[in-house]
Amino acid sequence: MKKEEIKEILSKSKVAVAGLGGLGSNIAVMLARSGVGHLRLIDFDVVEESNLNRQAYSLSDIGKPKAGALLEILNGINPKAEYEIFQLKITPDNVEELFRGFPVVCEALDSAQEKAMLVREVLLKCPGATVVSGNGMVGFGAANEIVTEQKMKRLYVCGDFKTGIEDTDVILAPRVMICAGHQANKAIELILEGK
Amino acid sequence: MVIVNGEAKDAAGKSLKQLLDEEGYELSRIVVERNLEIVPKESYDTIIIEDNDSIEVLSFVGGG
Repeated sequence: MKKEEIKEILSKSKVAVAGLGGLGSNIAVMLARSGVGHLRLIDFDVVEESNLNRQAYSLSDIGKPKAGALLEILNGINPKAEYEIFQLKITPDNVEELFRGFPVVCEALDSAQEKAMLVREVLLKCPGATVVSGNGMVGFGAANEIVTEQKMKRLYVCGDFKTGIEDTDVILAPRVMICAGHQANKAIELILEGK
Repeated sequence: MVIVNGEAKDAAGKSLKQLLDEEGYELSRIVVERNLEIVPKESYDTIIIEDNDSIEVLSFVGGG
């Protein structure tokens, strides 16, 4: 595929990002830089000082809703794309409404329970969606432990599959951003493969 | 034989919930696919595993 063709396909593509913390904010920035034409971004939370060690936000964003702060960052990178922001909590009841029509959904939530809920509900309720999920990227250790694997028919999972916030409160930017990079890269791969 | 995460197991006849409990899964953290179809959480109890079923269980850890 030639560069111009890739640019054209990406500019017409749509990706939803669920959760705008360490994974989601960095995934969104990478997809915006790559020229993805339409991003739907969802998070209920506001930026706190403790987020700045790994999330895409700055000191001046503290106290702002993450969705709104990220919108400003993305408009500063690629204002030609369409960004839709939702400041709300994702529940089984709003999954269909939020993710229907999006061929690629990046799961970037924090708790294991919410990750499982989102992946299950999207795969059940949105038959056209492929999910790219993050699973295991906290702590420290080899970057090469973080991989992308297809685990189910419409589910790709990125991470080391084991290091969770249940075991450690050490969360460092590089491993989080490596995992976010895997997710953004798989999202682009899916778009270019026509999924 | 039943294939669970790529391994052959003697699980035919058990309920899906029984298998998941025996394997030590925490039900709130997992997604289950049976014969390439996602299983709703409410169905774990009622699904009886059949011979030649292929089951994939993904367990999540927190962080994101």
